[in-house]
Amino acid sequence: MYSPLIVAEALLNGLMLGAVYALVALGLTLVYGVLHIVNFAHGAFLTVAMFGVWLAWSQLGMDPYLSMILIVPAMAALGYAAQRWIIGPASRGADNSILLVTLGLSIIIQNGLLALFSSDTRTIDTDYAFQVVELGPLLLSFPRVVGLGAALVTAVVLWVILNRTDVGRAIRAVAREKLGASLVGIDVGHIYAVTFAIGSACLGVAAALLMPVFYVEPNTGAAFVLVAFTIVVLGGMGSVVGALVGGLLIGVVESASSLWFGDSLGQIGIFLIFIAVLLIRPTGLFGARQ
Amino acid sequence: MTPRDLAAPAAVTLALCVTPFVGLDGAMLNLLIFMMIIALAAQGWNILGGFGGLASFGHAAFFGTGAYATAILQTKAGLGAWPSLLLGVALGAAVGAFIGFLSFRSGLRGSYFALITLAFAEVLRIASNSAEITGGAAGILVRLDYGFWNMQFEDRRWFAVLAVICVGLSLALVRWMERARFGARLIAVRENEEAARALGVDVFRVKMGAITLSAGVTALAGCLYAQNFLFLDAQVAYGSWISIEALFAAIVGGLGTLFGPLIGAVVLLGVGEITKAVVGGVPGVDLVVFGVLLILTVAFAPGGLAGLAERLGFKRPGAKRIGLKGGRA
Repeated sequence: MYSPLIVAEALLNGLMLGAVYALVALGLTLVYGVLHIVNFAHGAFLTVAMFGVWLAWSQLGMDPYLSMILIVPAMAALGYAAQRWIIGPASRGADNSILLVTLGLSIIIQNGLLALFSSDTRTIDTDYAFQVVELGPLLLSFPRVVGLGAALVTAVVLWVILNRTDVGRAIRAVAREKLGASLVGIDVGHIYAVTFAIGSACLGVAAALLMPVFYVEPNTGAAFVLVAFTIVVLGGMGSVVGALVGGLLIGVVESASSLWFGDSLGQIGIFLIFIAVLLIRPTGLFGARQ
Repeated sequence: MTPRDLAAPAAVTLALCVTPFVGLDGAMLNLLIFMMIIALAAQGWNILGGFGGLASFGHAAFFGTGAYATAILQTKAGLGAWPSLLLGVALGAAVGAFIGFLSFRSGLRGSYFALITLAFAEVLRIASNSAEITGGAAGILVRLDYGFWNMQFEDRRWFAVLAVICVGLSLALVRWMERARFGARLIAVRENEEAARALGVDVFRVKMGAITLSAGVTALAGCLYAQNFLFLDAQVAYGSWISIEALFAAIVGGLGTLFGPLIGAVVLLGVGEITKAVVGGVPGVDLVVFGVLLILTVAFAPGGLAGLAERLGFKRPGAKRIGLKGGRA
């Protein structure tokens, strides 16, 4: 058995990993909640954002955390364009078509990146990647502490946007009643694309938080997307609180199962949870029964 | 089903049987074999995704089970190649029935069904990558030993013929389905599950039949793959590439049509080869083209190439016009 200190550190690290997972899942659940679609290209978008952070560092010498000021708006623009001009028109709103169009999009992005950057893994060296923060007897990794903090800030910003701004009100109106929203003058197509933009912007933040501790190659996002789906399903499709709680929970589970079963089998734990939740309670912990 | 119904599948199969003997070089022959394997996997996908409207993202689960069963039964259990292949198909179908039982009992469809199939395939991939029986990460190698009973042919043209015959059998199976009550019930379930149930269709049973058949056909593709390449690892057997190619070929070719998956596999892989030849050895370009073709198909030709051909006036008896139907899960 492991000493309680190691277990506590593993669990706390899991919590902080989970915060970044939660960020990825936030974008996914937001899009689901408003558009009622599963965006399969979400993982590929994350890869794009991570490559963006890497490029900003390697070409412009920008600190990964600082590069958020470039990456987040760029990702928002990408998300807006993808929904407005590709996913929306191509799928005409049919559920299965959206799923397939976003799958096609993810294949294009993933392999486009493979053609451009080859399958080499790329990392960013920073002075603080291996720094630790001492919390009583516990040693916590600095980038992960930053990750947890930034994820919570992003969640609060998201909450403010959704609840305290006109755009947020419009988004919630469209999510609730599409036809009614268009009757009072809301441009539904625009709001859909804005929702997509916000979801993708979350990925920009997540990418900047991930890069100091993680690597990027064209398939990196694919590994995250299933985890993100698990979180979204666990928390309840469309529930922002659910995504946060689900993300933290999954992070802890992964950390704990890696500690006991090793890294490769840690992933299996996540998929089994995913399958179990879908089979037993597909509406998740915080989702309303449809 | 009358003998006349089988005329078109038989003619296509015969024509394909002849192609290996018209002087194809080794590379073309390999491409033909690969096209047939993908066509078979896509044919399986189409039974569930096209006729049943249940798009799966995890047909690798069936493909890989067929492939691993064929390889393991030969190398570890000392069984002959042919019985291994049959058992592989049966095991693949069993995995299909298992996944179907769990998913359909919980009423999963639409995106939820796509995601759960993907998750099952991933669990199998990770498990087979560390299990001992599958050779773990090193993979599994079937010993090269030519002979009819080993299903290994020194003249690879005969393996191509074998693959074509398997595709022919799948065409006959789907043609039977189109003509049988089962097919009609399956399409009814796709179009409107509640209405079908109200008419007395046992929805659960129909879906179970569809996923079992679908998984069996895709497993056969996996068995042929194992027998053709004589090597397997977790990424090849259970990796998402095959789920994606089967889905792409079926949709680009024509969802819910008899010849759609075959057309789709031939066209996609053909276009892929041409792209690779034009662009050179850049990895991934062919898949970029596949992705573009998929989106274009969904956007402009929901009936796929088979549907386009029909629209342009090539009338095919028995073709059913369909589009993608989305039931919100």
